[in-house]
Amino acid sequence: MKVEQIAVFLENKSGRLAEVAAVLSEKGLNIRALSLADTADFGILRLIVDNTTRAVEVLKEKGFTVSRASVVAVEVADRPGGLADVLNTLNEAAINVEYMYAFVEKSGQNAVIIFRFDDPDAAIAVLLESGLRVLSSEQVCSL
Amino acid sequence: MIWNQEYETMPREDLEKLQLRRLQDLTTRMYARVAPYRVKMDAAGVKPGDIQSLADIKKLPFTTKNDLRDNYPFGLFTVPMEQVVRVHASSGTTGKPTVVGYTKRDISTWAELMARALSCGGVRPGDMVHNAYGYGLFTGGLGAHYGAENLGATVIPISGGNTKRQILIMQDFGSTVLLATPSYALNLADTMADMGIDPATIKLRVGIFGAEPWSENMREEVEKKLGLKAIDIYGLSEVMGPGVSMECIEAQNGMHIFEDHFLPEIIDPDTGEPLPFGETGELVFTTLTKEAFPLLRYRTKDITRLNAEPCICGRNFVRMDKVTGRTDDMLIIRGVNVFPSQVEHVLMGIEGVEPHYQIIVSREGSLDTMEVQVEVSDALFSDEVKNLEKLTRRIQAEIKDLIGSTCKITLVEPKTIQRSEGKAKRVIDNRKI
Repeated sequence: MKVEQIAVFLENKSGRLAEVAAVLSEKGLNIRALSLADTADFGILRLIVDNTTRAVEVLKEKGFTVSRASVVAVEVADRPGGLADVLNTLNEAAINVEYMYAFVEKSGQNAVIIFRFDDPDAAIAVLLESGLRVLSSEQVCSL
Repeated sequence: MIWNQEYETMPREDLEKLQLRRLQDLTTRMYARVAPYRVKMDAAGVKPGDIQSLADIKKLPFTTKNDLRDNYPFGLFTVPMEQVVRVHASSGTTGKPTVVGYTKRDISTWAELMARALSCGGVRPGDMVHNAYGYGLFTGGLGAHYGAENLGATVIPISGGNTKRQILIMQDFGSTVLLATPSYALNLADTMADMGIDPATIKLRVGIFGAEPWSENMREEVEKKLGLKAIDIYGLSEVMGPGVSMECIEAQNGMHIFEDHFLPEIIDPDTGEPLPFGETGELVFTTLTKEAFPLLRYRTKDITRLNAEPCICGRNFVRMDKVTGRTDDMLIIRGVNVFPSQVEHVLMGIEGVEPHYQIIVSREGSLDTMEVQVEVSDALFSDEVKNLEKLTRRIQAEIKDLIGSTCKITLVEPKTIQRSEGKAKRVIDNRKI
């Protein structure tokens, strides 16, 4: 049920983000979701793409530092309180969120929240138990 | 004022006789008491008895920082440890510092030479000496301290740091002499301006600045900003500490080497051959009178030139120009000696760090800053900011532990640090000195 995410190290200099996008586009790779964490000196671009292995390969070829991590995608209703419900559930189970980002599905009915946990398996168990919908990689890519 | 009229104005002929006698005594002592020197002298086929004139010094082998490292910590001391009353240390090229020792007489010689130096720079008995050189293993603080006391000045042993408090004390105590690195002096001036303090309300008359390279432009700037005469002092811990040579306030043109205690030579750094007088090359010192840790022909790696022209101040000692460069890659940052190899040593000790790094030295306002750029390898990279920040903090802390100076760590993308053919360009020095 885990989703593969790739992270790319970016120096804070102009054009680096555009280069990542260009490399992926050249190879026909589609970005499903992304977030950028930035500090004063560097940025970390996190991406979910339709072909993780290929994306890692092409980015490394271009000299980028890339890592892979497992994240959890949760579908919530696109309405006020949708995110709060999920976070309450996690909080009650004492599960710590490292970081998260979200996007809205094309249909506009639901939103997908991507979570990075220390222990994704424990988090998935808690989420499923409370009746939330956890998406697989294929599901995220086909939304 | 000339502190020691007898020695400082001694006719050259008499001085050279004194130097020869002391050199002969030194080589005899060292040959008899220190095995590493005996081995080197035997290998060079020279015995103490072969030193019949000052020119014979070229028969003696050189001593380098590597010799000091190989005999770490006390292996080159010429006296039993019971007679060593103090040790100091400075940066070595890798993890180990360079250790120096002093007997009671060495400490008193040093206090004599520092009193001469301060006097040469215009300090007088009764002056209020604000000593902002660091106290501790660094020779600057204590070396200047003993000299100022010996001279009969009042010492404020303020050491480095806490700049605003330094300025308040300067105002309240009426400091007349500032001892500091030139960059710290500029920092004091800038802080004073920020605090809205008019330098005219400060009594500083003379500044004795050393422990790092500085230019004539910096001299003008610091003289203008602090309203004092800025005088250059030179020394290195291996040879003694501050007070090896000193500019006179009369000429402000080159530093008089206290030649009755230190015999200078200028050599070609590539061949080791002595250069004709007046040529620019590597400065080499033989310590003529030191007891605990004497040095034979120590290669300072400092590039300079000697000048024997008579000086208006009346001293007969030769003058050395400002040091214009180094034969190695040593950096001096805020008065602290830093070798790129030390930084490398830290980086290599961290798992996953690539051997690709670059040190960038800049001057922001009046303070030197050092940035270390490290390439992020796959092994180091994490998708979480906190992990990368933990890594930079760790590198920063380990470098600070080793060299005592804080630097900025910047993670950069792989292959962005320029690869060079042959010797890597490890240091970019953007300071305009």
